Amino acid sequence: MVSLKKNIAISDSGFVFNPSNGDSFSLNQIGLDMLLQLKEAQSEEQVKAAIMAKYDIDRDSLDNDYYDFLKMLGQFKLLELS
Amino acid sequence: MLIEIKMEKQRYERPVIRRLNVGVMNKFGTRTEYEPVTHIDDNAVASLIKEHGSPLFVISEKTIRTTFQDALRAFNTRYPKVQFAWSYKTNYIAGVCNVFHQMGSWAEVVSGFEYLKALKSNVPGNKIIFNGPDKTVEELTLAIDNDSLIHIDHLDELYTLTELAIAKAKKPRVAIRVNMDTGIYPMWDRFGFNYENGQAWDAINKIVLADRLQLVGLHAHIGTFMLSPSAYGVAAGKLSELAIRVRDKFGRKIEYLDLGGGFASKNTLKGSFLSGPDTSPTFDDFAETIVTAIVNAGFLEDELPLLILETGRALVDEAGYLLGSVISNKRLSDGRRATIMDFGVNILFTAFWYDHKISPAQDFSHHTEDTVMYGPLCMNIDVVRENATLPPMKRGEHVVVHSVGAYNMTQWMQFIALRPAVVMIDMKGKPHLVRKRETLANIDEQEVLPEYLRAFKL
Repeated sequence: MVSLKKNIAISDSGFVFNPSNGDSFSLNQIGLDMLLQLKEAQSEEQVKAAIMAKYDIDRDSLDNDYYDFLKMLGQFKLLELS
Repeated sequence: MLIEIKMEKQRYERPVIRRLNVGVMNKFGTRTEYEPVTHIDDNAVASLIKEHGSPLFVISEKTIRTTFQDALRAFNTRYPKVQFAWSYKTNYIAGVCNVFHQMGSWAEVVSGFEYLKALKSNVPGNKIIFNGPDKTVEELTLAIDNDSLIHIDHLDELYTLTELAIAKAKKPRVAIRVNMDTGIYPMWDRFGFNYENGQAWDAINKIVLADRLQLVGLHAHIGTFMLSPSAYGVAAGKLSELAIRVRDKFGRKIEYLDLGGGFASKNTLKGSFLSGPDTSPTFDDFAETIVTAIVNAGFLEDELPLLILETGRALVDEAGYLLGSVISNKRLSDGRRATIMDFGVNILFTAFWYDHKISPAQDFSHHTEDTVMYGPLCMNIDVVRENATLPPMKRGEHVVVHSVGAYNMTQWMQFIALRPAVVMIDMKGKPHLVRKRETLANIDEQEVLPEYLRAFKL
């Protein structure tokens, strides 16, 4: 299962800081929601259920966006395998 | 008592994470906030698309009229005799042409087809300017019969026209197109007669001395999307010099100087450092340069020629919008975001040379992503924008492409997809369909299938 690296700092406004390499990022609100869910080591299903409960989105579109977002997080070295 | 509260779900947009780069500051800043364009002249984009389909061209009559008034004011306040002639090739949808004709524009056409279109719209024959290098004998004959202004492009046309004039015992009204060095590159010397090497003066002498045609005007069209008003000053000066030479040698008056078209619109050319609105000269800039050259050329007060302008692009570009919808989003192999739209270079030909401004047509957060915008064609060339900074949009959401009124509705291709409808919004905000969406029947009616090819077995 993938989860967010433990030392990643996330602010309420969507600012992300990776202290291990100094990289910083900005998130939109849905990105922030997903990242917070991942930080709590929620499962993929739990993350998606939380998003679908809050936002008006169908399952297929969310699946696409979720995997794309995860790939971006991986590319930015924010994920770890647990 | 239990009260059930239903929470309305929030609007979704794709999750976005963007790396923040620290480095040298861009002195122009990065634009991260865009206003959505939800309405065009009080008509909701979503409603227009619902009624007429997506993609859809929309033309604002109000913008056409305002822009035209601005151009007319710029010239009228500086020069006593000004006449605009609507450039049909820029946009020859009848509804558009007639807005210009209602405001007093003559017609400027460059083919027999356009000539007939102008006649069909009831433009008087003597107010049609017939330009272009390819005029057939039949078309020239029609133009002579209608007393149109025929602008001669080459010597072969001059001789054909002279033959027709003799045969019909008429004296057609003509001008010659003059090409010249105005200090800009490329020089459009493939059209008309050259000024510097004496071709233009030679053609003038041939016309006047043969006395079969009435030389009433001189015409130049120095280029397209001209960002340098001074080049028009040079052109106006050279045409004036020829007109005065005609007066001095033959004692004849040249009735008009036609400076053609080519004024830049407010679009942004690809590779341009600054955006179009920051770099395009105003109508006042062009008018000042042109008029200054003519009034200082040495004409007597009662000799001032009529100044004709064939401005097309700068008068109609900003009035046109293309509405479209997102088909899909994807990630390219190099990590860039790509958005596929339902319109491509087949109907947005100007995407080849402009970075069109594209606005989302619905609300969004302030987060943006760099995106390549592709059209729907199965062709690698179908790129609408190589790089646009846009908020995340999902399938089915709409965008508005700005300043598409010039050339797209004439240069569009019936290629892979059929051409969309065109709607014009009138001065009161009411939309009118001015061109129907194409159907398979439009294609079928032009095709002829030989009998022996009708049947096949698979």
